[in-house]
Amino acid sequence: MFKEEKLNLITLYILFCVPFVSYIFDEPYLTTLTTKIVILSIAGIGLNFVLGYGGLVSFGHAAFFGVGGYVTGILAIHAQNSEILFFFKGSNQIIIVWFISILICSLLAFLIGYFSLRTSGVYFIMITLAFAQMLYYFSISWPAYGGEDGLSIYVRNLFPLFNTMNPMIFYFICLAWLVIFLSSLKVILNSPLGLVLKSCKANEERVKSVGINPFKVKLIAFVISGAITGLAGSLYTDLNRFVSPSVLSWHMSGEIMVLVILGGVARLYGPILGAVFYIILEQTLGGISENWQFWLGFIIILEVLFARAGLMSFFLKENRS
Amino acid sequence: MTISLLIEQILNGLQFGVMLFLMSAGLTLVFGVMGLINLAHGSFYMIGAFAAAFFAELTGSFFIAMVASFVAALFAGALTEIVIIRKIYKRDHLDQVLATFALILLFSEGIRWLFGAYPLYLNIPNELSSSFSLPLGIMYSKYRMMIIFIGIIIAIILYFLISKTLTGIRIKAGQNDREMVSALGVDITKLYTIVFSLGAALAGLSGALIGAIQSVEVGMGEPVLILAFVVIVIGGIGSIKGAFVGALLVGITDTMGRFLLPSFFSYFFDAASATSIGSSIASMSIYILMAIVLIFKPSGLYGLGK
Repeated sequence: MFKEEKLNLITLYILFCVPFVSYIFDEPYLTTLTTKIVILSIAGIGLNFVLGYGGLVSFGHAAFFGVGGYVTGILAIHAQNSEILFFFKGSNQIIIVWFISILICSLLAFLIGYFSLRTSGVYFIMITLAFAQMLYYFSISWPAYGGEDGLSIYVRNLFPLFNTMNPMIFYFICLAWLVIFLSSLKVILNSPLGLVLKSCKANEERVKSVGINPFKVKLIAFVISGAITGLAGSLYTDLNRFVSPSVLSWHMSGEIMVLVILGGVARLYGPILGAVFYIILEQTLGGISENWQFWLGFIIILEVLFARAGLMSFFLKENRS
Repeated sequence: MTISLLIEQILNGLQFGVMLFLMSAGLTLVFGVMGLINLAHGSFYMIGAFAAAFFAELTGSFFIAMVASFVAALFAGALTEIVIIRKIYKRDHLDQVLATFALILLFSEGIRWLFGAYPLYLNIPNELSSSFSLPLGIMYSKYRMMIIFIGIIIAIILYFLISKTLTGIRIKAGQNDREMVSALGVDITKLYTIVFSLGAALAGLSGALIGAIQSVEVGMGEPVLILAFVVIVIGGIGSIKGAFVGALLVGITDTMGRFLLPSFFSYFFDAASATSIGSSIASMSIYILMAIVLIFKPSGLYGLGK
């Protein structure tokens, strides 16, 4: 039984050690798997920021994850084939790709948020889902970038001085992003913006009554959240060297949401634990039975019915549910 | 483009809409009355289709297959409600999304376990497989026409059930104030089970009806489920009338969009890109419709505005 800060540090420490362990035991697959965990954690952290702290249940975060992924894939393929994309010839420099992914996902989040945040509750869940579905069907029926078959980019985008095709280096790039987002969200959550966001979840009327416009605060939070999840999508494309419409599908939104809730809503490090648990389940159950999703469903239901505050509270001494 | 082709497409849109209504009716009641987001509603659609395919194979009778789909989904619905759903009515939407998402995994894998990974086929009975002619020289499939009729008949039955019978009045009352209704001696737990399983049964029936046109496979329920959500959000949650209007709107918008948009864009672009732009926009059209409705009427066309 730990304090939350201690548990967080232990989590980060373990994540830091994984590639060395996999190097010693000569299991490169473990590093790739953990990279996936780290990327899904980033996506989850992005969602958790609005879902956990702002009470905005977005069921369409696959839109950002997928668009981040597609932006990365499209830029890379244009650079590789030296085809012109608008006035720009694409890029396989990962830093530029990140910048453009974040920019486009923020814009997208602004648009989706601007319309969706007028509604609340169930309608918010549904309208965010609808926006993501719009993009999903668009990606399927738009033939230029592979349509239903997806888009292969063959090599990862380039990082100055380092070889991103090396699993360990790519892993540490992803881990660095995770740490950056964790520490900046920690600052944001304690800033006036974060405090107002949390109050919006608790009581929106009171926020209004002290003269703050909750719509504006929620919109800013939604944009930040979309940008974070979008960057995760960008990394995910680079990890797989492939992007397909499945990253935009509602299953993806569901998966991100599941790992946020599994880990523990409104806990900064919750999604990491959720992602670890989810991937371990996927791997072990997948090894035991080909119907592993059946058992996954079974475990999730047990979790909902009996362990309501998420995995984090399971490890923690205090129980503030 | 001839006028008969246009009418045929409108009928197709109507058939699609009516099928969506069968799917949405249960969903909107469960949403409105119990306040439950049920992602697993699409699984009942799938269960109905599989039950129909199984019994059609066994007995050779299409009618028995349809009854079987209704009954199988009814029982699956009742069982799910009693074992799991009942415990999460009072939880927040987040828990409900998670639990019913997990139910999808359970049902999909369970069906794959029982029937294998390959799609099954359910054939349209011979007497309905032909077309019949309408005025203006239009030929239209008898089977699709039958779906339209079944859907309209069920819509009328549901309308009477909700507005004229005691059960319907209790359901509506439960929507407004569930504590009060149970304080007046109505067994609200039983009422919820009935509403939930009836909704599941209708979804099962629509799965079986559509299964005969398309194939019966695992995961067939999810795309329809999302459409049903679009329908009830457009129509306003909890409103049967809204579900009906929303379903027809969505059905016709989608079908007509796919039919008209490619030729519309061919005025501006060459044939190949007109087809791809047209079909891309068409596949987004109902979501655009939903976004527009929600922007102007944030709680849907017939929503209560809670």
